[in-house]
Amino acid sequence: MSGFARTRSIALAVTWRNLNNFFTNPVLIVPALLFPLFFFTAFAGGLSRVSSAPGFNFAGDYTAFQFVFVLLQASAFGGVFTGFALARDFESGFGRRMMLAAPNRLGILAGYAISAFARAVFIWVLLTAIAIVVGMGVGGGAVDLFGLYALAGIVNLAALMWAAGIALRIRSVQAGPLMQTPVFLILFLAPVYVPIDLLSGWVESAARVNPLTAIIEAGRGFISGAETEVLLAFGAAAGLALALAVWAVTGLRRAEAAGG
Amino acid sequence: MSPVWIQTRELARRSLVRTLRQPAQVIPTITFPLFLLAINAGGLDAATDLPGFPTDSYLTFALAVPFIQSGIFAVSNGGADLARDVETGFLDRLALTPMSGVALITGQLAGVVALGLLNAVVYLAIGLAAGATLAAGVAGALVLFALSLVIAFAFGCVGVYAAFRFGDGEAVQGLFPVMFVFLFLSSMALPRDLIEQEWFRTIATANPVSYLLEGVRSLFIVGFDGEALALAFGCGIAIGVVFLALAVARLRTRLVRT
Repeated sequence: MSGFARTRSIALAVTWRNLNNFFTNPVLIVPALLFPLFFFTAFAGGLSRVSSAPGFNFAGDYTAFQFVFVLLQASAFGGVFTGFALARDFESGFGRRMMLAAPNRLGILAGYAISAFARAVFIWVLLTAIAIVVGMGVGGGAVDLFGLYALAGIVNLAALMWAAGIALRIRSVQAGPLMQTPVFLILFLAPVYVPIDLLSGWVESAARVNPLTAIIEAGRGFISGAETEVLLAFGAAAGLALALAVWAVTGLRRAEAAGG
Repeated sequence: MSPVWIQTRELARRSLVRTLRQPAQVIPTITFPLFLLAINAGGLDAATDLPGFPTDSYLTFALAVPFIQSGIFAVSNGGADLARDVETGFLDRLALTPMSGVALITGQLAGVVALGLLNAVVYLAIGLAAGATLAAGVAGALVLFALSLVIAFAFGCVGVYAAFRFGDGEAVQGLFPVMFVFLFLSSMALPRDLIEQEWFRTIATANPVSYLLEGVRSLFIVGFDGEALALAFGCGIAIGVVFLALAVARLRTRLVRT
């Protein structure tokens, strides 16, 4: 078996194990499904009147406006929650056994990344179906929607790499708050409820330098069919994912040095 | 001095010391609501331009929310402490004494009620320093503190009932996100008459948390609004009484003397 085939085999085994755990454990799957749906309901249902505020310039409806945020949020937290699984595996000693079995340990990280993506896709399907059932207007075409989900996929990868870097360094689920709090902060310090021009005070200043702002605004452009900041958004998302992949791989090396 | 009073006082002192000695209970109840307030005040300021919005400061409008979030923390903090007493057998040891059930519950709530009052003082001070206004003035601040005590008591009773019902700290902590659902499906972000979706407005109208919020909010925006305050105090007391009764009923089975 070639080196690539062995790495692929490890990645697929880790993926299968993670997805099996996820889909057979209600404690994992129920919150992962309910939280995005709840945020979508609360934001799109309770705040839709905000779209009547002067200066609220968005080509689509408020449901679509919030759908993009919740889709990206669910993608990010799908990555973070997979990081929890990684931390739990290393805390319980299973990570050490995986390291012994894997000639190329990047395959382990790839396995978690594939399972995080599969979890995200599962939530995207459900969230999108519900949004369409409740009448969300979609102005963008197939290419636009592909762009939106591609951005969400890169955000999912970046969040996983962030959480994996923490999990591989600390190797305990007690690192959970450290994994999710910065992600929560970066998400909510972006234009969540209104376009960036309607933000005020320090939140506006924070949103203007937050890389997630371009990603959210591009996503909203895709769904409304009025593309905006596409290159900046993909550049920001890819840059984040790349930098955080380096963070995760150096974490893997530390875990190797520590003996798993 | 009646034995019930002595028992209540001793358990209240224990509850108070236990709460204040746990920074992990005190700090998040102050910082988390204020952080969300700061984000929402900047993020939703544009909502004040909507026709019919009751104030031109979203900070003033949103300042009511931390007072309810403090109550939500009272569910998990008070409930988890009591659940720990169940798990460690402390409650079983109390069952060997002539301890009154009412003293146990009211004493147990002292910590979360005191923390609720401390939080209210901090939220008000920081809110005013950040530029919010309190239309009801100094007398309104006293009413606000009284309402905060009622809210902490009401949610504390929910936590106490959950602790007796589940007897497990993890299960009680699991109520935290559930309580947030009640907060998000209320008039938290917009006044009810400005909620556009009818189904959401219906849920918010049926949700007692909306009335607690609107009572607190009235002191900041209107002054003394008798109807809003009566509904807020009424809802708070009703939640407290219902869950206190449920907790007492559960306690009877937990404190079976053999």
